[in-house]
Amino acid sequence: MKKIILILSLLAYFGAQANPLPTAVVNGSKDERHVIYAFVNAHIYIDANTELEDATLLVQDNEILDVGDNIQVPDGAIVHDLDGQNIYPGFILMDSDYGLSEAPQKAPFTFFGKEIMDSTIPGAVNTNEAIKASYNAINEFHHDAKKAKALRKLGFSTVLSSKHDGIMRGTSTLVSLNDAADQSSIVNSQQAVHLSFDKGSSKQLYPISLMGASALLRQTWLDAAWYGDGKEDYTDLDLQALNDNKPKQNVFEVKNWQQAVLANKIAKEFNKNIVFKTSGDSYKHVDAIKKMNRQLIVPLSFPKTPDVSDELDAWNVSLDKMLEWEAAPYNLVYLNNNGIEFAVVPKEQKTFFKDIQKAIKKGLPESAMLAALTSTPAKILSNKSLGHLRKGARANFIITQGGVFNKNGKIIENWVDGKRFTINEKSMLDSGNYQLDFAGLDEKLTLVNKAGNLSFKSSDKESKTKYKSKVTNNFISFEIKKGDETTKLLGLVAKNSVQNIPGQLPAWSMKRVSDAEKKEKNKKKDKELIPVVPRPFSSYGLQQPSTDSSFLIQNTTVWTNESDGILTETDVLIKGGKIVKIGKNIQAKADRTIDGNGMHLTAGIIDEHSHIALLSVNDIATNSSMVRMEDALDSDDINIYRNLSGGVTAAQLLHGSANPLGGQSAIIKMRWGATSDELLIKGADPFIKFALGENVKRSRSQQSIRYPLTRMGVEQVYRDAFSNALDYEKEWKAYNKLSKSAKRKTSAPRRDLMMDATLEIINKERFITCHSYVQSEINMLMKVADDYDFKVNTFTHILEGYKVADKMLAHGVGASTFADWWSYKWEVNYAIPYNASIMTKVGVTTAINSDDAEMSRRLNQEAAKSIKYGGLSEQEALKMVTLNPAKLLHLDDRMGSIKVGKDADIVLWSDNPLSIYAKANKTFVDGKLLFDRERQSEIEIQIANERKRLIEKMNKSDEPKKPASSKPPKKMQCDSITGYEYLLGAVK
Amino acid sequence: MRIFLLLMTISSSVLALAPTPAGKQTQSIVYHNANIHIGNGEVLENATIAFDNGKISRVGHFKMAWQKSDIDLKGKHVYPGFILPNSSLGLTEVGSIKATVDVRETGQNNANVRAIVAYNTDSELPPTLKFNGILLAQTTPQGGLVSGLSSIVQLDAWNWQDAAIKTDDGIHVNWPSSMHGKFDFSTFTFKMVKNKNYKKQLEVIKSLFEDAKNFDDNKQVNLKLAAAKPVFNGSRKVYIHTNNSKSIIESINYFQSIGVKGLVLVSGPATEPVIGFIKKSEVPVIVGSVHALPSQEDRSVDDGFTTAIKLHKAGILVTIGYPGNMGSRNLAFTAGTLVAYGMQKEQALKLITGNAAEILGIDDNYGTLETGKSATLIITEGDALDMRGNILDAAYIDGRKINLNGRQQELNNRFLKKYDK
Repeated sequence: MKKIILILSLLAYFGAQANPLPTAVVNGSKDERHVIYAFVNAHIYIDANTELEDATLLVQDNEILDVGDNIQVPDGAIVHDLDGQNIYPGFILMDSDYGLSEAPQKAPFTFFGKEIMDSTIPGAVNTNEAIKASYNAINEFHHDAKKAKALRKLGFSTVLSSKHDGIMRGTSTLVSLNDAADQSSIVNSQQAVHLSFDKGSSKQLYPISLMGASALLRQTWLDAAWYGDGKEDYTDLDLQALNDNKPKQNVFEVKNWQQAVLANKIAKEFNKNIVFKTSGDSYKHVDAIKKMNRQLIVPLSFPKTPDVSDELDAWNVSLDKMLEWEAAPYNLVYLNNNGIEFAVVPKEQKTFFKDIQKAIKKGLPESAMLAALTSTPAKILSNKSLGHLRKGARANFIITQGGVFNKNGKIIENWVDGKRFTINEKSMLDSGNYQLDFAGLDEKLTLVNKAGNLSFKSSDKESKTKYKSKVTNNFISFEIKKGDETTKLLGLVAKNSVQNIPGQLPAWSMKRVSDAEKKEKNKKKDKELIPVVPRPFSSYGLQQPSTDSSFLIQNTTVWTNESDGILTETDVLIKGGKIVKIGKNIQAKADRTIDGNGMHLTAGIIDEHSHIALLSVNDIATNSSMVRMEDALDSDDINIYRNLSGGVTAAQLLHGSANPLGGQSAIIKMRWGATSDELLIKGADPFIKFALGENVKRSRSQQSIRYPLTRMGVEQVYRDAFSNALDYEKEWKAYNKLSKSAKRKTSAPRRDLMMDATLEIINKERFITCHSYVQSEINMLMKVADDYDFKVNTFTHILEGYKVADKMLAHGVGASTFADWWSYKWEVNYAIPYNASIMTKVGVTTAINSDDAEMSRRLNQEAAKSIKYGGLSEQEALKMVTLNPAKLLHLDDRMGSIKVGKDADIVLWSDNPLSIYAKANKTFVDGKLLFDRERQSEIEIQIANERKRLIEKMNKSDEPKKPASSKPPKKMQCDSITGYEYLLGAVK
Repeated sequence: MRIFLLLMTISSSVLALAPTPAGKQTQSIVYHNANIHIGNGEVLENATIAFDNGKISRVGHFKMAWQKSDIDLKGKHVYPGFILPNSSLGLTEVGSIKATVDVRETGQNNANVRAIVAYNTDSELPPTLKFNGILLAQTTPQGGLVSGLSSIVQLDAWNWQDAAIKTDDGIHVNWPSSMHGKFDFSTFTFKMVKNKNYKKQLEVIKSLFEDAKNFDDNKQVNLKLAAAKPVFNGSRKVYIHTNNSKSIIESINYFQSIGVKGLVLVSGPATEPVIGFIKKSEVPVIVGSVHALPSQEDRSVDDGFTTAIKLHKAGILVTIGYPGNMGSRNLAFTAGTLVAYGMQKEQALKLITGNAAEILGIDDNYGTLETGKSATLIITEGDALDMRGNILDAAYIDGRKINLNGRQQELNNRFLKKYDK
């Protein structure tokens, strides 16, 4: 293939005429040339790290013949004297849709429309429309002279072109910007396989979330492997393509650093070789990016400067946004300093060089930038003939005056495949001092040549004479303005000199006589320090938490949640993340001793039903058991810190309620500052969200066609899922029993992640938290579970639990409910605030949960409502947000009470914790003090000072400003798709 | 559904219905040894309160012989009935069912639309509010630029005429801002975009009030102008709804410049950077919500809890609301939250009693327990701002002892009995 391309390219040389492909008709005489070009006296960047002065580059056809500072110019070579000019390897554009049709528009999502359940794409393709693995860019590539010209202007000679549509996007093609026939433009017809989490133009319902896209990726890779065993009895071109392209490099486009970490995790599960196209936000967690040990393709993407000159506008700009504004331009610097390999792509072509200069100004070495545009892309592409100018390389190079990344530098020529494209006029007149001779006038002028823009000034500062000049090709028009008198002259330009056109009058000339006096740069610019990046990337990540690891809390009221009840004037020692000692007058050394006099100490609050710290909440397949909330964790969510401020130390992050079988839970501790993986509670039992009622039957969509639309259908969804899961298990058991030789002759069953998760439930390896409201459906699910011989673990919401509390007790299911929510939809019309207390009185393990980032900070108050409604004791009430949720999550051996040996997840309250007047003063997670109200004012002052500093910095910035505005916060609840439903009139 | 409701009524005489409104006060009532929270910041310990014909006849410490019918409260608490401003109470029953929602008329200028005629006295919601001490509310339309007219109601009534204590008290204006949020489903992101209709929207509001000022209903028929006209003689208030600092300044300046006197601002955290201006303009504020997340990532974690405190400390007359219907019964607890974050207890109480009455313009008769005012009050076991103490022994509206038990209590009793608990 390569050889053919080479031959084609040879023939394509000097493609101003039609390219004579070997099979093409020659309409006239054959015109084939093999000229040797010698570029001499040049400053040559052979690659990002190798420079030669006064060197020679020999080029023939589309190949570098030789390069060096001691090279004989062959006879007959055409010599280009590049004295004072530079040669760089041509740039490689690693992310583009050049030469392809535009990706179709993203299909807009609607809450209320008729769902499209299946793929709308005809043909023997994958059943999910977001899987477009059989797409090959090469099949539709057609070179685009206008776009090619624009890219060459930026120094690019080679482009990786892919279709940005779908989760599996098929292959890209690597093409040359040589303006030759399409047949001669292709460098590698199928270069890489492209992926993302974005379903793109797919009109099909599933998936709509990050974790859904993750599940689809996993399932599709599994399907491909299964399909590839050749035992399938149907045709799927996409699975076929995945198998055909398996050895290829994968390029994964991500929208934020969290997605990169997630994609990396999935890629590792499947042993995939991956390069990331990032969004330019790696600086937010460069350690996590470094840990991945992958190459990156990074856009030069910098946030626009918000206009904060008006103090009321400024008030609406969050410090988080300001910190982004300050740190993002350093993104490449952070990557470079951490030894992460990256290629750079423009975000906006218009500002490409400006953005490059900005990154360099922030501290990125020019050599690193050059590598990011040449050798690193070539390395990613595994292409040895690109990205450098050593012997044998493709003849892709750019010739510049001035450094290519320099503000005053410019590209003169861009040679692609040995073919010259002129980009800018070469400037003949260098900056310096000139002697002007005209009509007896003998004046010294100083020229400043800024990338071809000439500005002459008299060297005599007192002089009032003004000069204007314009160079067009070889001519210069020169204007002298002295008082009211203006003289216009025309001349011819030679190297550093100007002369009147021979024989024409008036006679005049100008000649460069000396270099300009170097101005002493007094303005020593304060070298900007690389900004310290908060971790998590949040205003509340600026302060590092206390490193103390042992605390003695003295003389306080301890609500043990154990048989000891409430202990007064008691000390508690925590150390190494555990509760070590409880008693009076404990004599022990601790990093810090806290006087708890007048305060109350309780176990940390556990929110059984939360949707904070998630990038998305709902997917929408009727059985979504294959989606995992841990794929969508967001460790930067400020709500983690806010939860700490309300005494919350752990939570179950649930999938939403769009489906009878929802996704798998992530059970986390509020370890503010940890990465997403570290938030997860290791060894916690796996849980899954189920949902019943109005949300799963899509009650608010008049046009819904998704099964089920009734509670009758909901039951059948379960029976169908569980029966099929058992069948699936049987199939696998039978297969696994086979001998090795028999296995070879038998089709392995298809591995189905949905069935895997469903089966885990029946096999008591995964536990259900079921969103539920009315008694009929609660009853139904318990009956279904009984029939399949397992127990429902928890009913959540369970607002009519009070009607079937006896049946719940008999089944052994727990309840996690709201204190007093009702009236927002029909199925909660008979909800009563006595629900929790009735279930408790009957003996059901009952918890109070939030489902709401705001309320989760006040769960102690919600628990206290069961004292008003239902007359529970204070200790019973507190257990509903501590010990009982721990029991429901099977974590009560580690959490939920103050007992020696348990996790030191504890809260010191300012008052009786059931009082409306109680505030969490100190919240400990794993024995670490992660929220300390005493430090709040200090933190708030720090935030205020940072704001002030950055507002000043923004006001001083000479970058264009965009209007400042504040974005309302996302609020994730059970039925959230976007998190902004509360603003858009979509009801709960 | 109809059958369902029918069955419910047969099975229980009480269950599907709100409690019967109480009859008029027929004999004088005297409570002794009470902690009487006046609602003006004062509390009288071991004091006496007496009321007759619906009016408070005595409150304080008196050396009088006890009558046989007098009641010893033994340290229990008496509070003015709490007042819920800016509420959709009675206009919305089940949020997700359109047929039960009457809160938002179509169109941008609904100056003449009246909430009171849609106020449903048989709604299941008021009983749950009364149970927590809320006895008065402002039933308020929403939506558009000019939502319509609110009214103040008492929550124990046969019909809306019976409920109304101040009809069409104010006109509600949603002042636009120059930027607004939009969810872009194609990119799945929420964006702040320029409000292209900003000037047009302002014009709708301004022309309504400017034309109303000179409007003569003898010469011309125009229901909208007629509805806006009374704001110029002080008999009708203008409630400005906005949570944008610049809109606060613009709207207040505008209404004051055209001579509107009874202005009330309904807002939130956006008041904070313009507190000085609000104070100087002497406009009272209804803080829409206390239970609110901080409005921005970098704000104090206590942001939502402290807006009302800051306004009060600056000397601004302030009360608090509670958005939506399902949570508004927790109004008193949000006042308690203010105490946790730095307000004095009796002051927090004053916000939802005396201040609310003053802002809504019903303070001649309601809001404080003073001689001559309506006997609209509650008696509680403990601290009514705390969930543990907010246990009502009795409640009176205009001296009528109201039934506090609604369907929720009935269901509680029914199932406790079923389970033998």
